Amino acid sequence: MSVITTKSTQPSGLSEFWYYFSRNKGAVVGFGVFLLVLLMAIFAPLIAPHNPILPYEGMQRLPPAWSEKGNPMFLLGTDAVGRDMLSRLIYGTRFSLFIGLVVASLSAVAGVLLGVVAGYFRGRVDTFIMRVMDIILAFPSLLLALVLVAVLGPGLVNAMIAISIVNQPHFVRLTRAAVISEREKEYVVASRVAGAGTFRLMFKTILPNCLAPLIVQATLAFSAAILDAAALGFLGQGAQPPTPEWGTMLADSREFLQSNPWLVTFPGLCILITVLAINLMGDGLRDALDPKLKRS
Amino acid sequence: MTPVLEAKNIVRNYYLPGGLFKKERTVHAVKGVSFTVEQGKTLAIVGESGCGKSTLARIVTMIDPASGGDLFIDGKKVDIAAGDLTPEIRRKVQIVFQNPYGSLNPRKKIGDILMEPLIINTDTPAAERRELAMVMLKKVGLQEVHFNRYPHMFSGGQRQRIAIARALMLKPRLLVLDEPVSALDLSVQAQVLNLLADLQDELNLTYVFISHDLSVVRYMADDVMVMYFGEAVEYGTRDQVFNDPQHSYTKTLFAATPRADVETIRARIARKNATLAAS
Amino acid sequence: MALLEIENLVVEFQTSTGPFRAVDGVSLKVDAGEVLAIVGESGSGKSVSMLAAMGLLPWTAKVTADKMVFDGRNLLGMSASERRKIIGKDMSMIFQEPIASLNPCFTVGFQIEEVLRIHLGLDKAARRQRAIELFEAVGIPNPAERLSHFPHQMSGGQCQRVMIAIAIACNPKLLIADEPTTALDVTIQKQILDLLMRLQTEHRMGLIMITHNMGVVAETADRVIVQYKGRKMEEADVLSLFESPKSDYTRALLAALPENATGDRLPTIGEIFKGAAQ
Repeated sequence: MSVITTKSTQPSGLSEFWYYFSRNKGAVVGFGVFLLVLLMAIFAPLIAPHNPILPYEGMQRLPPAWSEKGNPMFLLGTDAVGRDMLSRLIYGTRFSLFIGLVVASLSAVAGVLLGVVAGYFRGRVDTFIMRVMDIILAFPSLLLALVLVAVLGPGLVNAMIAISIVNQPHFVRLTRAAVISEREKEYVVASRVAGAGTFRLMFKTILPNCLAPLIVQATLAFSAAILDAAALGFLGQGAQPPTPEWGTMLADSREFLQSNPWLVTFPGLCILITVLAINLMGDGLRDALDPKLKRS
Repeated sequence: MTPVLEAKNIVRNYYLPGGLFKKERTVHAVKGVSFTVEQGKTLAIVGESGCGKSTLARIVTMIDPASGGDLFIDGKKVDIAAGDLTPEIRRKVQIVFQNPYGSLNPRKKIGDILMEPLIINTDTPAAERRELAMVMLKKVGLQEVHFNRYPHMFSGGQRQRIAIARALMLKPRLLVLDEPVSALDLSVQAQVLNLLADLQDELNLTYVFISHDLSVVRYMADDVMVMYFGEAVEYGTRDQVFNDPQHSYTKTLFAATPRADVETIRARIARKNATLAAS
Repeated sequence: MALLEIENLVVEFQTSTGPFRAVDGVSLKVDAGEVLAIVGESGSGKSVSMLAAMGLLPWTAKVTADKMVFDGRNLLGMSASERRKIIGKDMSMIFQEPIASLNPCFTVGFQIEEVLRIHLGLDKAARRQRAIELFEAVGIPNPAERLSHFPHQMSGGQCQRVMIAIAIACNPKLLIADEPTTALDVTIQKQILDLLMRLQTEHRMGLIMITHNMGVVAETADRVIVQYKGRKMEEADVLSLFESPKSDYTRALLAALPENATGDRLPTIGEIFKGAAQ
């Protein structure tokens, strides 16, 4: 019996992933910015010069340090109550990342579960699940989240639950589409012929092969969650003051848009940069995970 | 001795419901096919696309139910629509598919792919499972070092070997091979056919071999069945069918197969020179 | 003067593991009215060399050659617009998957008339007339009716006939057929091969037949080139190749054919051709 050898120059999965990911320069920049935000969140107590919720008497609405009335102790100025802007922004990264992580995880887990069941069983189960998802999608997402929060009561946790429910149909649709296309493939039939039961087929055979588009969607859900939480916070229904969440900071400073524009600009910029970075990263992920699929 | 596989008048119909613009219709994929396979022998099913051979393969492998007729495995009647499919019967027939690039789970290491049938069907402890899988891997010509690799690291011929190994893990009585070498290069095809012949000798396996390539069929088969539009138009031993085909479709099939030998070339060149000289 | 002359063609692709040489110094010549078969297994570079001549490779491919001349015109360094005047008109190609090679959104009539419009500049009535003529020439029944059908409404064999009709629409001097019958049934394969050979004789076209099937080579070729891993292993006229192959690889290929099996087991390439990687 002849003995076979495989190709010797097979790159590791990680190095191949990085090759495709790094081809997209925007994605690499986005990844860098995201890492920066992550580090800021982790080391916030060490980096932030002041306590984010401590108001300083007589220091209200100071402009940034480089303008004439600025105070070098407060680099980016202070807000309406006298709290340091820079410290609040730095601590705000914690909330944004937390919100993004929790919401993306919740909607992903629930959405994937429903999607696998719908895609595998088809028929009435599929129709029922998809109609419910269609109903959720028919509402403007922010409006639906507002209604849910009004029912549950304002607060960060309730806002996260509401946003998760609203974001979930995207995962259900993606997973269902992927499952439907994978379940007719020969390796699934082969597992069936080997005697695999329903659960094993759904979760151990089919689901691992549907992950690539889901990973990309999770990244985008992360950034969408940050935006939605900021929007809810802006409307006063999300995180409540004095929490240094960026959207809440926008809400607090709404009336000072004309007189003290930096109060609104800096939190807005933070939201913009973080969401942009994560979206760029998601683009790169899609490019990196796609050619791998096409190869095999 | 009871044949390993006996099929009596197998029928398979697909019902396509009508829509707004289409009338409903029934597709008769298999129209009453009967055959027998003895242990240690190879039955080749030949036909072109749409003749129903793959549908028949799925019925014999008990993936899809037959709409009519009887299927006997080792003398025991099996009707999967009636729920006759016990794990014991399930193990008796395994299948190797045509496409080496789709039949292995891309996210699983091949060691896990080989051990999966054992995990599902037996109580074999983990160490013994690994041992059995390793033995089978070496039996099909691969090495220990391949155990922890992913399918995309292997060539088409190697993947077919892995697919064959997986099919044999449960020690089936019958192996259905649905065009196993059609997607492979000529050189690799020879290796895989040799492997199948070796395994058949060693383990006294029974094969149902589906192919559209007559030269491969002539090499592998003991009995041959030719299918056309869901019917078995010819059925006999290999020598009978190849030396004395009865049905016109069989004769058409033989005439259409390109021949790769010197006499054919000489004849063609002679014809060409004759037409050139005449014009 | 040869119709197509290629000398020392090298094609390199940029991949994640570094540059990959798909074609490594292949030279070939085709005369007018001649049938050349390029035989090889997957990875031999047979399709890539012809795609390079047609200019159909992606931007990741680097094509270099000492000489690449078609009908007296130098193909190397030709501008894209110059090339577009040649391909589809004097030099055309048909591919392996007939249904996938046609645009699913347009009728087959539209697709063949497109070629006539771009290369021959015919007006609408003339185009339709010529399209019907071409469909008749390739043996499609009810040609006038078929013009308004979509690719998915036709079988694989008929789509391949449409492809051939599009390829010969402008009476090309050279037709390259890349595994034209591999995806088709045996009986349809015979019809398509007969059609190709008939058209080749009628129009005195040069025909390059790329295949991995030795039977197709035996039934169609005048001369044969055997390729392995991007290199030319042997070049001979078809009778000499089958009677007395000079290269070990060719001998191994012929021996591995099931119809040539002498014993119980087929000789594998590795046993005959020492340079083979398994």
